[in-house]
Amino acid sequence: MRMKSLRPFLVIALMMSAASCSGQKEAASSAPPANAKRVDESKAGTVVGRVTIEGTVPANPPIDLAGDTYCASQNPAGAKFENFVVANGGLENVFVYVKDGLGDYGFDIPAEPVKLDQLGCQYRPHVLGVRVGQKLVIANSDDTLHNVHAMGKTNGEWNKGQALKNMSDTKVFKTREVMLPFQCDVHNWMHAYVGVMDHPYFAVTHDGGRFELKNLPAGTYTIEAWHEKLGTQTQTVTLGEKESKQLTFTFKAPSAGTN
Amino acid sequence: MIWLNRYAKLVAVSTALLIAAGGMVTSTGSGLSVPDWPNTYGWFMFSFPMSKWVGGIRYEHTHRLIASTVGFLTIVLALWTWRVEPRAWVRRLGFAALGAVILQGLLGGLTVLLLLPPAVSIGHAALAQLFFCITMTLAVVTSPSWKALSPPANDVMLRRITLATTILIYSQILVGATMRHIGAGLAIPTFPLVFGGVVPPEWTAPIAIHFAHRVGALIVLFAVFLTAAHVRHWHRQRREFTRPAMLMVLLVCSQATLGAFVVLSSLQPIINTAHVVNGALVLATSLVLTLRVYRHGIQEPAIGGSPAAARAKLPVLKKSLREVRG
Repeated sequence: MRMKSLRPFLVIALMMSAASCSGQKEAASSAPPANAKRVDESKAGTVVGRVTIEGTVPANPPIDLAGDTYCASQNPAGAKFENFVVANGGLENVFVYVKDGLGDYGFDIPAEPVKLDQLGCQYRPHVLGVRVGQKLVIANSDDTLHNVHAMGKTNGEWNKGQALKNMSDTKVFKTREVMLPFQCDVHNWMHAYVGVMDHPYFAVTHDGGRFELKNLPAGTYTIEAWHEKLGTQTQTVTLGEKESKQLTFTFKAPSAGTN
Repeated sequence: MIWLNRYAKLVAVSTALLIAAGGMVTSTGSGLSVPDWPNTYGWFMFSFPMSKWVGGIRYEHTHRLIASTVGFLTIVLALWTWRVEPRAWVRRLGFAALGAVILQGLLGGLTVLLLLPPAVSIGHAALAQLFFCITMTLAVVTSPSWKALSPPANDVMLRRITLATTILIYSQILVGATMRHIGAGLAIPTFPLVFGGVVPPEWTAPIAIHFAHRVGALIVLFAVFLTAAHVRHWHRQRREFTRPAMLMVLLVCSQATLGAFVVLSSLQPIINTAHVVNGALVLATSLVLTLRVYRHGIQEPAIGGSPAAARAKLPVLKKSLREVRG
């Protein structure tokens, strides 16, 4: 057979090879440069705050678990989407982070990995943060199949199956990305959002919408609050040495039908 | 030959079922629920345990199994056609079907491994319809009614409008596939009005594709009604024309209705899939009509029952010819 006639098959084989390799690469750990500025924790301040929501919050729709008897058995009372998690007027699952203003500070990358679990046919936690270069362990604690489909824009898209309980994959992200969505295409209600940050100043609201950004050096910062359905809000805050500032973000509930 | 025709019909029906299964995969967003290919979560495809057919895997894995079955059926069809069919172009068509189904399988695998790039997924959808057209053609041209003599339809206009209608329907299906695979099914979320008007107030790529599909639907409706009216007026006695023409009208009206409900139901998977399958049936019906209209232009004279028989009879025919000339 002539080489020319083999060309289409070679192209297809190359494409398949490229596809199977995509998403499997793990970035090398990116330690800060030796001459990077370090935060003096004895002079650092804190931003604490709360994210609230005003208006009538739409009810989270129920999840149809009928497609997987295991999932149904793990949620005997049924399950709902986590579009809006509200407690005491505070909005939870909001990713709050320093968007701008840190300059050329350098930060060590935590050695301990962050875990994203698939438990009860839900991602736990639903919203989380991880550092560039830090390990993210995606685990399957369910006795059913999941596929882990990450849809990064700057960190790439990949899809990996976890057919058995206790399977896990470890990923390291190369660049900052807010937010990197994860989904399971087997159970199409399963979504998680990962904020990939190049510094440690981020938090996910909990306990009635509260957050805290500790050990911030003095400076002027743009703080952003991100919510999966309500988008983003930003505020600017100027922090002096050892100062603590309060911030409140207030989102407006969407009109009916935009759930 | 009657069994070959029955078998070709079985392959065509199986292909329609395969299109339905593929439609459910896209409509339920299950295209990536099985991340590997050709294996399924590391299992050999045919040994994947049924207990693990959960959630979106049910749709994707079923689609793969039906596709494999259709692939096998097509291998048999190509070989059978090659063995018994006297017309060379029909034999070639059998192998064209085989080539199409192999390429279709590769595209299906590629689109999974490449994470559903629209170009590959649209190509997969487009080739599915072409493959269906080939299997339908084989089912039509191997039928006894195709071979039965009937006066030719010396109607140039009918030839033109049936061919144009078939091409229009296929083009409309391509626009629809593009709309599905770029996620523009609800780019215009209102029906029949477009954001309360007749044309979109603003244009984006998804809105433009969606709007093109709606305009295409009107053009296809007009073409189908024109074809049917022409057949009814000029060929009322030709049941081989009137039947597919009337069926096409029925199907295209159903298709428009389903299209409306796809939007109004916010892409309900079963309605969405019914729209895809019915679209394929509209195309197939138009193709059958076109083939029948063109029949006298494309049929070759049959020599014998099989290529071997044809070759055996060839010296006899040559001898007869010499005797006539002599």
